[in-house]
Amino acid sequence: MGKIMMRKMKDNQSGIISAVKVGGELGRRIRDMGLVPGTAIKVQGRAPLYDPVALRVMGFTLTLRNDEAGHIEVEVE
Amino acid sequence: MEAKIALAGNPNSGKTTLFNELTGARQHVGNYPGVTVEKKEGSYVHDGYNIHIVDLPGTYSLTAYSLEEVVARDFLVNEKPEAVIDIIDSSNLERNLYLAIQFLEMGIPLCIALNMTDVAEKRGIKINGEKLSTLLGVPVVPTIARTGEGKNDLINAAVKIVQKKRKQSNLEISYGDDLDRTLFEMEEEIRANEFLTDTYQTRWIALKYLENDKQILLKGQESNPSLSAKLEKMVKKVSQHLERTLNTYPEAMIADQRYGYIKSIIKQGVIQQQHDQNRLYTSDKIDQIVTNRFLGPIIMLAILMGLYHFTFTYSEIPVGWLENFFGWLGDVASTHLADGLLKSLLISGIIDGVGGVLGFVPLIMFMFFGIAMLEDSGYLARVAFMLDRIFRLFGLHGSSVMAFIVSGGIAGGCAVPGVMATRTLKSPRERLATLLTVPFMNCGAKLPVFALLIAAFFSKNEAIMMLIITLIAWLGALLVAKLLRITVIKGKSAPFVMELPPYRFPTFKGLAIHTWERTWQYIKKAGTVILGISIILWAMMTFPGLPDSKVQEFEYQREAAKAAAGITIVRESEEVGEETGLSKEVPDLKNRLKVIDLKEAEEGLRNSIAGRLGIALEGISKWAGFDWRTNIALVGGFAAKEVVISALGTAYSLGEVDPEESDSLSEILAKTPGWSPLAALSLIIFTIFYAPCFVTVVMIVRESGSWKWGAFSMAFNTTLAFVLAALVFQIGSAIGILGG
Repeated sequence: MGKIMMRKMKDNQSGIISAVKVGGELGRRIRDMGLVPGTAIKVQGRAPLYDPVALRVMGFTLTLRNDEAGHIEVEVE
Repeated sequence: MEAKIALAGNPNSGKTTLFNELTGARQHVGNYPGVTVEKKEGSYVHDGYNIHIVDLPGTYSLTAYSLEEVVARDFLVNEKPEAVIDIIDSSNLERNLYLAIQFLEMGIPLCIALNMTDVAEKRGIKINGEKLSTLLGVPVVPTIARTGEGKNDLINAAVKIVQKKRKQSNLEISYGDDLDRTLFEMEEEIRANEFLTDTYQTRWIALKYLENDKQILLKGQESNPSLSAKLEKMVKKVSQHLERTLNTYPEAMIADQRYGYIKSIIKQGVIQQQHDQNRLYTSDKIDQIVTNRFLGPIIMLAILMGLYHFTFTYSEIPVGWLENFFGWLGDVASTHLADGLLKSLLISGIIDGVGGVLGFVPLIMFMFFGIAMLEDSGYLARVAFMLDRIFRLFGLHGSSVMAFIVSGGIAGGCAVPGVMATRTLKSPRERLATLLTVPFMNCGAKLPVFALLIAAFFSKNEAIMMLIITLIAWLGALLVAKLLRITVIKGKSAPFVMELPPYRFPTFKGLAIHTWERTWQYIKKAGTVILGISIILWAMMTFPGLPDSKVQEFEYQREAAKAAAGITIVRESEEVGEETGLSKEVPDLKNRLKVIDLKEAEEGLRNSIAGRLGIALEGISKWAGFDWRTNIALVGGFAAKEVVISALGTAYSLGEVDPEESDSLSEILAKTPGWSPLAALSLIIFTIFYAPCFVTVVMIVRESGSWKWGAFSMAFNTTLAFVLAALVFQIGSAIGILGG
């Protein structure tokens, strides 16, 4: 157990979001897609050039850039 | 009776499929006033009601950050549809409810369509619609848009809302003590001052102030600056408090609480899930291969090449029919009309111009059919996912790739559908940068120009030269995109927070409607403007005609040639159709007369506005190694790049040159003094980068929504092309390579 930034997560690692540390448009986009504290996520994989990252969240697949994932703090198992 | 109903929902929720299922061919596509967001409307007759249905843009939320969301919001507030149907993907209930909750907070008369119940069931997800309906206080109807199942019940439910005319009570969610208290105080101020309340609901205004919503803040500051300032101060106070105590801000808090509310609803037995939510389905298994580190790029290349092959191979047949038809029309006009200006205008101006435009139609149809297939199946999102890393370096977006490929990223596309393909890009800056740089790709019309110059000057290295030309085009386009993104279109790149929707088989109806819409828009818009411009170009290359003295001079030359041949030969040569028994002097005379005609055409072109322009430009263009003939050809190339070749043909007294068979022209160029491999290379560079053809310019204007960008692309591209060509020519001359 421990808190790490989402961009540091490995493929197939899961965890629960503990904080989203960004406001403005990016923060809004992230939250609109359901990435809010308490949501369970799993890193499904990464694009061929290791960026963006694909997540499994609430039963659908969401992709975001590593830079963007850098704002999201996850409590990993 | 009339009723207005709007369809809303997340992207990929099956909203468009349902819209097509309801309205079929009775739909109309336009734009929302002043913006380039598509507005789809249609009608549906039900139980004595003539229902006007508006398909709102697919959105995840209702913020002021994206154009689509503002448009949807404005429509709901200003047009006040009597009922709004929110289409929800049942296999994805939680996230889809986020938008529904926001509608309810706005007090919108809502009806929920639980769509794709079949897909959800296959995934072991069962939703208790009645329970959801009771908890939210709105009707909930299960549907399967692809088959039309449940559409009658859905419309029934919506019509009931229309009949009842009942005002939907606003949903009030608790956002935590601090925010609730502030909201309450703000509401009192707003109500007391009737602040924006003629358009919006009280609580919603307060909420938007807390969310720091740009559009509402702006409206507020306009209508009542002092109260707006007061409200902003209240927001600031609570923001500081939240930051101190909870290390968060109102905007984040509100989103968190909305999701909290949704979770609390779902937990009350709305959803029954057999499997783990993160279990992998067929779609995910496909993705494991299709977006695999090694296989992914190979499969992508194969699919894109396949699309390309499909479009350009199969559209050739109908394109050929259209070309033949316009060729035949030209022939008919040329045999039935007397020589003169009218004939020349009809054939060279109108028939060639309109024919050139309509000739693109099959190509555009095929291309859009292919793109619609990739888009509707969900593959396009994967392409964007895989390539984003590269395109982001240049200030573009993963989704830009499609437009580049279509425009000729693999040599031989067309920038017209390429510019239209930028619609799949949702972020405005990236989209603009993409549509301004795709014309640098080597479209099918530039290829004959390259082929001609390569044949004349680089015949030993044809394949390598083609590859180099393709690479120059890509490098140029990406670098220019970067340049634009740090200058005229600068600004942070839009976040790449993108859903990878499950793979789906596209419905044929959807594909057909999609393809036809875009094709028809092209025909309508391009057809009218292009007719005008082709007439202008024709006039530039025709007027003013040669002065009478010059015409006389050519007439004397003809007379002299005839006199030299003798009266009997002249008579013989004028008798058409008798091939046998002619004197051997007859072909001789015909040739001489033809040479005089071609000289006259050359002189005429030289004397025309375009010719004078070409000569006037020689002073500058000589820096890049172009003479007046090349200049005219390049001006003509603005009509369509193929024209470069036919205009060069006229300028070199060859008459009309077929772009497909330009051997004689390439021989002449190779022999003409002043031409050299270096001058050819310079012209190749110029052709890659200079102003897009006017059909493309028209599309740029249309897609960017402003004449400014059309003018920009002409001026900027031409300047860039000239600088590059002059650099190549001057440096090459100075160090003495490729000369002579």
